[in-house]
This record gives sequence, C-alpha cells and structure tokens, in this order.
Amino acid sequence: MDKHSLISISDLNKEEILALLKRAQEFEKNPNQRILAGKVVASLFFEPSTRTRLSFETAVNRLGGRVIGFSDPKSSSQAKGESLKDTIMMVSNYADLIVMRHYLDGAARYANEIASVPIINAGDGSNQHPTQTMLDLYTIYQTQGTLENLTITMVGDLKYGRTVHSLLEAMHHFKPRFKFVACDELRMPEQYKQYCTEWGIEYEETREFSPEIINQTDILYMTRVQRERFSDLMEYERVKNIYTLTASMLTGCKPNMRVLHPLPRVTEIAQDVDDTPQAYYFEQALNGLYARQALICRALDL
Amino acid sequence: MVNKEKKELAVAALQNGTVIDHIPTQSLFKVVDLLGLKDLTDVSVTIGNNLDSNRMVKKGIIKVADLFFPEETLNRIAVIAPNVVVNIIRDFEVVEKLHVALPDELIDIVKCNNPKCITNNEPMRTHFHVIDREHTTLRCHYCERPVFQHDITLK
Ligand SMILES: [Zn+2]
Repeated sequence: MDKHSLISISDLNKEEILALLKRAQEFEKNPNQRILAGKVVASLFFEPSTRTRLSFETAVNRLGGRVIGFSDPKSSSQAKGESLKDTIMMVSNYADLIVMRHYLDGAARYANEIASVPIINAGDGSNQHPTQTMLDLYTIYQTQGTLENLTITMVGDLKYGRTVHSLLEAMHHFKPRFKFVACDELRMPEQYKQYCTEWGIEYEETREFSPEIINQTDILYMTRVQRERFSDLMEYERVKNIYTLTASMLTGCKPNMRVLHPLPRVTEIAQDVDDTPQAYYFEQALNGLYARQALICRALDL
Repeated sequence: MVNKEKKELAVAALQNGTVIDHIPTQSLFKVVDLLGLKDLTDVSVTIGNNLDSNRMVKKGIIKVADLFFPEETLNRIAVIAPNVVVNIIRDFEVVEKLHVALPDELIDIVKCNNPKCITNNEPMRTHFHVIDREHTTLRCHYCERPVFQHDITLK
C-alpha cells in the first residue's frame, strides 16, 4: 500500500507499529510542530463521534494543518442520497488526507479504493477502529516501557467490544498472556480464542473478576457493559455490578499495573479508582492525540 | 465405465458442448443462476435434477449445447458445489473432464450476509477472500466478517 492509509490494525506490521510508537513519543514531548503547514485534512463524520473527532482535529491543528469536513451527517450530502463514492471522489479533489467515520462496516476500505488520497479509518460501524488500538498500544508501551511479555486482562463486554478484539490482534506480535473476564453472554468469541491458539498465545477465560486475577495483571483493560446487549434485564443488573472495578480490589496489584478503558465509562469503574495510581484512562484518552499525530504523518509520508 | 458414462450422458445426446455433472440437488439451481443460463436464448440447455447417481444419493446435471465456458467461470461453481465434474463434449465424445477449483478471491459472486456491510448499501461489487479452502469459509474484504459454506448466498 503506497498510499499509507490505515483501515484496519492488521494493515500494520510489527516494525510499523514500533515506528509509530516512537513517533507518538516525539509528539508527546512536543505536540506543536508545524509539519502539516499548507495541508488540508478532510474530517468526514458520517456518524457523530465528538470524542474521536476532537482528538483528530486537535492533532491536525497542533501540526499546523487545516481541517475541512462535517461532523453532523444530517447536514452532509449523504443525507440528500449521495453515494459514499461520490462524496469521497469530491473530497479527494480538495484534501490531502481523509479521516472518516462511518456507520457501515467496511466503508473505509471501500473509500480507500476510490480515493486518490490516503484514508484514515476513524471507525467503520462495528468493524474496525484502528486509531483507538494505536492509542491503546501507545498507552501500554508508555506505562510498561515495553509491549513484550505482558499479562493483559480484558473485562466486561468481550463479545461485541471491537476495541478488545483489535487490541488482541495487534498484541499478537508481542507474546502477551491474556485473561478474559466476562459473563457467559459476553464471552470472547470463538474466532478470537482460535486466533490466540493459532499464534501460540496463552489465554485463560473466567467468569470471576477476582483479586487473584487482578494481582497477576500488568494491564487491566475495562470495557463498557451495555444494557442493550442483554435480552434479560435482570441478568444485566446482576452482571453490571459483578464487573465493576473498585479501589479496594486494587490493594494487592502489581505496582506497574494500570487500568485502561476506551471511555466513556458508565458504572464499570467506580469513582474511587480515579484517585489510585493505577487509574490511567484519562491519560490514555490524551494519548489519542499523539497516536493520531503519528498516524497522520505516516499517511502523508511526512 | 466409458459405456456407462455414454449412457448417462445420452439423456439428451450432446454433439458439442458442456455437461456439468454431479451437482448436489440443492445446489442445482444456484449453479444455473451462477452461469446465467436463464439468459441464454439461442443455445439448448437441459437441466435434470434428482437423478440417480453412484457417487451420491441423488444428483443434478446441466447440459449446454455448443457452449464452452471459460475456466474462470467454471471455477466459480466451486463456491457452491466444489465436487462437480465438467465434461467437455466434442462430436458426442467426452474429450475432457475438469474438476473445478475454488479461486482465492471471489469478485462479485457472493453476497455479504451482513446487512450493515457497505457492499449491501452502495452500488458496488462484492469481494471475498477464501480463508479456508477445505470448508469453503470466506471472509468479506470490506466488513471482514466470515461466511461459512452453509450460509453462502450468491449475488
Ligand atoms: Zn461484508
């Protein structure tokens, strides 16, 4: 791929991931660099996502580039029935890079076939969200000093959570050990467990969110358990509380252990965790800026 | 063996053309669709189904007179019926027997079963990768969802 688009985290090999982490580190030291002066980046949000959009647009602005685009799909030409193809063709004429979020699975891969400029996928339906994965990787690297040989515990919605699936795939380069903590309804799908087996990755599956598990963990990756995933609301009420992390559960954890969460959180991390040295989800969100700056520069070969 | 074959194929003796044999009965009409046989107006097409077979309980067979399909077209049949045998007939004789081979990539042949896939929402071609040849498991190039053999629907 000479355009350096980023559609799926699996488009990146180990060397590319490591190079991006180094680049993100430079941006962390100095986020204001006029690398994008004279460049126009299109930010096309066919589905609203304020958090992701602000992170991308801040990244472009801090690099001295300009942003065009739309954040409200109702005002976009798609609302008037224009095909994705036509929108992408038009915007390709104006911008040097397209950052896009779309409600349909595979939209970014298709846009990349049409566009003459690189595409960065800022989320396509329930499929991929590779920049979230890059910021997760960067956060793990930043807090642990390495990505190699870590024990990563994933908690909550492991069935529908695309962030845990992409993180799992991206980590296969780095010899991780996984612990999957979820209720029966939200267990890690078979295909990802098979993926672990294929790559010789050790994993353990459990329903118990116990101190024993937490105490062996380097990265505790919490996810949101959404009510709409449950057919039985009683079950939801029960599960919601079982998979809530509280400060008292962290008393015996490893000193290097950090708690991550893709945000927004609801009840899965109690407020008292925020004051512990293990809480790292707000820093994680900020890392999105540096990771996206690195990805934008890669996309434009800068 | 050769005699028996001649007898079998002689249901409507073909001077020149293509006989697609050993089609599973449930796949017969899918093969008809795949090859676009409904749109053929000037060649004779014979379709037989639920015929007795040694190799399987019942089978389907398709005979198309005076038409020879490109290998690429025939290989598409492998998506739904990997074990068919294609007989090329010239002057009433089977001059060639072909086994179809599943291509690595399937362009605009299979429909994606994910309603939220871009391919079901834009006027565009579908694209699947064959990820498991033995079990005919495909993966959508766009939404990345797997499609298992029993769920395959043609476009
Ligand atoms: Zn699809």
